Amino acid sequence: MKYIDEFQDPELARRLLDDIHATVTRPWALMEVCGGQTHTIIRHGIDQLLPKEVELIHGPGCPVCVTPLEVIDKALEIASRPGVIFCSFGDMLRVPGTGRDLFGVRGEGGDVRVVYSPLDALRIARENPDREVVFFGIGFETTAPPNAMTVYQARKLGIANFSLLVSHVRVPPAIEAIMRSSDCRVQGFLAAGHVCSVMGTEEYPELADGFGVPIVVTGFEPLDILEGVRRAVRQLEHGEYRVENAYPRAVRPEGNPAAKAMLADVFEVTDRAWRGIGVIPDSGWRLAERYREYDAEHRFSVTGITTREPAECRSGEVLQGLIKPHECEAFGGVCTPRTPLGATMVSSEGACAAYYLYRRLGGTSAPLEASPVG
Amino acid sequence: MCLAVPGKVLEIEERDGTKMAVVDFGGVVKDVCLEYLPDLQVGEYAIVHVGFALQRLDEESARQTLALFGNLGLLEEEFGDPWQQAAAEAGTTAEAER
Ligand code: SF4
Repeated sequence: MKYIDEFQDPELARRLLDDIHATVTRPWALMEVCGGQTHTIIRHGIDQLLPKEVELIHGPGCPVCVTPLEVIDKALEIASRPGVIFCSFGDMLRVPGTGRDLFGVRGEGGDVRVVYSPLDALRIARENPDREVVFFGIGFETTAPPNAMTVYQARKLGIANFSLLVSHVRVPPAIEAIMRSSDCRVQGFLAAGHVCSVMGTEEYPELADGFGVPIVVTGFEPLDILEGVRRAVRQLEHGEYRVENAYPRAVRPEGNPAAKAMLADVFEVTDRAWRGIGVIPDSGWRLAERYREYDAEHRFSVTGITTREPAECRSGEVLQGLIKPHECEAFGGVCTPRTPLGATMVSSEGACAAYYLYRRLGGTSAPLEASPVG
Repeated sequence: MCLAVPGKVLEIEERDGTKMAVVDFGGVVKDVCLEYLPDLQVGEYAIVHVGFALQRLDEESARQTLALFGNLGLLEEEFGDPWQQAAAEAGTTAEAER
């Protein structure tokens, strides 16, 4: 078992698709929360293989896309300072701040370094005791435990020249905000499997009950997505709304207790602005009071930031599932991954980038597309 | 960035008081922190994200899931409504065909 190829099998995909076709009787709108799932869906053309009754609305689960512009601008400001080594995941480099990006800051002489793991940033701090090392800690519940570990270890090992610029976000409050919005069309959710690998499924029954929506914990391979859709459609057709785990190989109900304990120690829940969407109550984490000295916002006072989003960018509507990327005037013309106007055109998990990569020429080359059914 | 991928544990070692593993991702080998899954064993698979093992992959439930997919439609083929099936294959509804 390699846990990848087995979940891309075209024959099994056909069976899942047949079952969905046989079950569906009327239109349903499902939201896949996670940008990784959006990527799989567009790459394999899964939305085009589904019955026309089933619409997939792409959710706001691209961490790069929802990191607020103000935080990006703060990152750019801190990264520009002499004496600072600014470490980040690679997909933040081209995210547009107000007028520039991290890639540009590096070109202007800033010491910006790409790391694969946040622990690499900690190592850089140990190797450069005379420099201030800042790590850009963004992401959902999946990325928060690794980032939390750096601060925990920095304190344990006495690494005083390390700090974290934190902008973490949480999925459940976002689902609640989506369901509360007046133009919400979502009738069921494919919840982000890897978020649940960490957090478990305990936060979701309240949402499923409260809003009367099926929530199906879903993985990331093509068969996982189809199974998530299949189960959500079954529930909807039967008038049910429950939390189901369609990704049991990687998700236990209790999640990962060690990671959750670390989150509870290092972070505290806070209101957080989502780029293009606005402030969602309790939707983020910041460093807890006892770790305040490792908070880059605290260590480097950054003032005088005036943010400005390009007027033509409609990424807010894309992130809320109100429009599809190609409905934006700038899509593929002024706005491309080389010249992104919005963050959704940058990361491979961003909906605009996924459509640009796989939809622009009107086709895809991924294996599932080779054997269309239905 | 949020993409987490399955990898197989090749070696486990203690480094600076931190439990680390060497993990194989289909040919690409990387160092991975095991602090969140301290009892992971050599030979097991885990979901790995930004250098951290976050959850063990359970072979038994993976097999069950695949078996479920494989059995989908088998009962239907045996006892189901052939009109509905033909219609589904043709991409229309059974009502429209009758
Ligand atoms: S295509 Fe570009 S300009 Fe349009 S919404 Fe997407 S990121 Fe913004």
